[in-house]
Amino acid sequence: MPRLATLSRRRLLGLGAGTLAAAAAARIAFGSRAAAAHPAVDPATDGEVVRSVCEVCFWKCGIQGHVKDGVVTKLQGSPLHPLSNGKLCPRGVGGIGQAYDPDRLVRPLLRTGARGEERFEPVSWDEALGFVADKLDTIRKQHGPEAVALFNHGAGASWWKHLLSAYGTANFGAPSFAQCRGPRDVAFDLTFGSDPGSPEVLDLGRSDCLVLIGSHLGENMHNTQVQDFADAVARGADLIVVDPRFSTAASKARTWLPIRPGTDTALLLAWLHVIVKEGRYQRDYVAAYTKGFERLAAGIETYTPAWAAAETGLDAGLIVTTARRIAAAAPATLVHPGRHATWYGADDTHRARAVAILNAILGSWGHRGGFFRPSGMKLAKYPVPAYPKAKPPADRLPGEAPFALEPLAQGLRRATLDGKPYPIKGWIVYGTNLIQALPERELTRKAIDALDLLVAVDVLPAEIAGYADVVLPEASYLERHDDLLPVAWKRSGVALRQPMIEPLGESKPGWWIARELGLRLDLGAYFPWQDAESYLRERCRLSKLDFDALAADGVVLAPEAPTVVEDGLALGIETESGKIELVSERLEKAGFSALPEYRRPADPPPGYFRLLYGRAPAHTFGRTANNRLLGELAHHDKLWINAKVAADLGLGRDSVVRLVNQDGKESQPIGVKPTERIRADCVYMVHGWGHTAEGLRYARGRGADDGELVTRVEVDPVMGGTGMRVNFVALREA
Amino acid sequence: MQRVMVIDTRRCVGCEACVVACKTENDVPLGAYRDWVVQETRGELPHLSLLIRSERCNHCASAPCVTNCPTGASFHREDGTVQIDRDRCTGCRACMTACPYEARYVHPDGFVDKCTLCVHRLDTGSPTACEEVCPTSAILTGDLDDPSSLVAARLRTGDVSVVTREAGTEPHVYYTH
Repeated sequence: MPRLATLSRRRLLGLGAGTLAAAAAARIAFGSRAAAAHPAVDPATDGEVVRSVCEVCFWKCGIQGHVKDGVVTKLQGSPLHPLSNGKLCPRGVGGIGQAYDPDRLVRPLLRTGARGEERFEPVSWDEALGFVADKLDTIRKQHGPEAVALFNHGAGASWWKHLLSAYGTANFGAPSFAQCRGPRDVAFDLTFGSDPGSPEVLDLGRSDCLVLIGSHLGENMHNTQVQDFADAVARGADLIVVDPRFSTAASKARTWLPIRPGTDTALLLAWLHVIVKEGRYQRDYVAAYTKGFERLAAGIETYTPAWAAAETGLDAGLIVTTARRIAAAAPATLVHPGRHATWYGADDTHRARAVAILNAILGSWGHRGGFFRPSGMKLAKYPVPAYPKAKPPADRLPGEAPFALEPLAQGLRRATLDGKPYPIKGWIVYGTNLIQALPERELTRKAIDALDLLVAVDVLPAEIAGYADVVLPEASYLERHDDLLPVAWKRSGVALRQPMIEPLGESKPGWWIARELGLRLDLGAYFPWQDAESYLRERCRLSKLDFDALAADGVVLAPEAPTVVEDGLALGIETESGKIELVSERLEKAGFSALPEYRRPADPPPGYFRLLYGRAPAHTFGRTANNRLLGELAHHDKLWINAKVAADLGLGRDSVVRLVNQDGKESQPIGVKPTERIRADCVYMVHGWGHTAEGLRYARGRGADDGELVTRVEVDPVMGGTGMRVNFVALREA
Repeated sequence: MQRVMVIDTRRCVGCEACVVACKTENDVPLGAYRDWVVQETRGELPHLSLLIRSERCNHCASAPCVTNCPTGASFHREDGTVQIDRDRCTGCRACMTACPYEARYVHPDGFVDKCTLCVHRLDTGSPTACEEVCPTSAILTGDLDDPSSLVAARLRTGDVSVVTREAGTEPHVYYTH
């Protein structure tokens, strides 16, 4: 909202003597009533409280909905759930904007036009399910069950993994691995034998020094982590933020390091150099828990602050002093592992390994203010027959990405195109808008053209639905049960997603859709339960949990257990060697460098900027762009560009541009945000805008889509992640 | 009693959870707001600062909306908050013109609406919707007249400001830095 410069202008505009006289008279008449206790206007939005779990992002906060006359009036953070502590991010509160989105998918649809034309006819569930089951049966007979792939995001995918495991395929590709967290998870797994998880096991609120490398907490709104971040800031923790952009987090920092994009590994290596050379690492911890320190010390010899200063554009003296500050707080120091880590491809795992090693020699793994170790809660499985043995996933060819922890989504796309090592003929796409989520969009479109079957299961008609043969409308997360949701946090436990309201229109919960398909595919033995509640009750009974208590509170917590050494945790390292592997023999044996390596990124060509993307607090990629309640907030669909560069280009606040990348790919029009808050060699936008789907009537045409401009990727040879920050854009007036 | 709000700008990340929670708590129509977030950048790269403020009606002691309301619809409640009596409001907008903070809007049902400091919640011992939801615990409400209150303690220490102090309205929403 615009703010008024001075009061006097308003007074002159608004007031005449008559108005004042009337006001005075009214005050007199009103006086006696104002003196008495005046009842407050109650909007009456309180209702019956139902506790459940959020799904607007994937942090899985506990929520409580108020329900009146079958309508959710408001959502709050559950005070009982340790991930929300009674608080929520804007997306979580705005979740009712998803449930009541007028563009919701409410009837099963069968395609009538060409793929991508978004022409459908509504059909009955029986017809839609029969169509899908017939196609799946044909693929199973002609090519084998492994010719079907699942692409998924979100907790509701468990029903689909169950169905397709029973059907006989292991081709499950979540873009959240090879297009997001993968390099970080692999690097930490190689170093510590365990990855930071989701939610990340960071004792951030008690850190005395916090280092953020590209992580823009506060814009990236993972609820608990931001709660802890605010606590750390309020406590006066030393905050160092490394980012080409003056992020919200950078504005809270004691030191902001506006690094040249893509050179983070050089900075990390120099920090290691200073801390090792000056003997500022945690000697006892290193001796007790790690192996390979001598080789590490020798291997980082050449990575001097002067060398890193030349690479990063940062001041060498500042590299030294920040290294000392990071070490001074150890072990209550935390170099944040990040989350979205597929940046530059070639050195992504190496960069994340450098972060892991830095944390390791500072002893933060297992210590207060560092990485805590959750105890978790053991849950019994619902007894079903063993799944048939499936062929290994088709995503990787021999020798490719040997350290991938999950199938590569883009690898399943590749197998769909070239049929190696075996054909993929059917895709089931659950809860992920694959068109925006995968880079190199033309390949996605070609792969889709080659399919015998594409099924989209979703709540809203995102772009991917426009390509589907069959669209199956799922009930929103406020309208369905999902499987038990483990909570691996300082206080571990289990949470329940349960319906607050009836599904909108003819939409159905995922468990029902998957089960109905299972019955039609003669897989009934895998679905002995009648509905999700009977399934959940039985799982709880076998796990010795009180389902009714879980349903009432939305969460059941395990007994408290120590999660850091200071509180009595017996720290064990989960690698094969039982030690933190500063030097990775596993990497070495596979032909990779045992120590992190830096690779200098290419500079943007003249007239081009590196395209960076990130998150805004009210949005989860494209999933929230159509949410009226969130979409009307301060607009986050603008292109950040350095103010001086913008002035040189003749661009102002009202300018609208199109971005053209190095391959000539042009974006939708996007408004410009000239700002001092970004370096001159890059531009920045929030991921998830620029929708083109006809069905997303609100989001369509707002902002531009960074994903469309990612026509190139660099693949991380260690684990197959697609580095996407290797694209450059020029601007032209729209 | 003087109800006030104190917002810690060090904690606030400008996520706008307060905005959405207010809208759902108070059934504020699409397109209208009772609170909003302002971000002000100062300086030149790399010497920058960013101030983030969650703003709303300031429940001013010297409230131009109250003095300028021709029907007495805008009034000071006994708890020091500024409220609107919907039955008395004709939607004439004199208050909106007088308010230096643009804190008010016309509700589609014809009356002027704004932040009530969620007194329907405060009266029953619950925090305001924005205070309750705030992931960074930046927002605090309480009684300034009670020296033992948390708000009084916060205002006794540190750097405190109000929005557009020069307007002379004596706001009761305070920002600490």
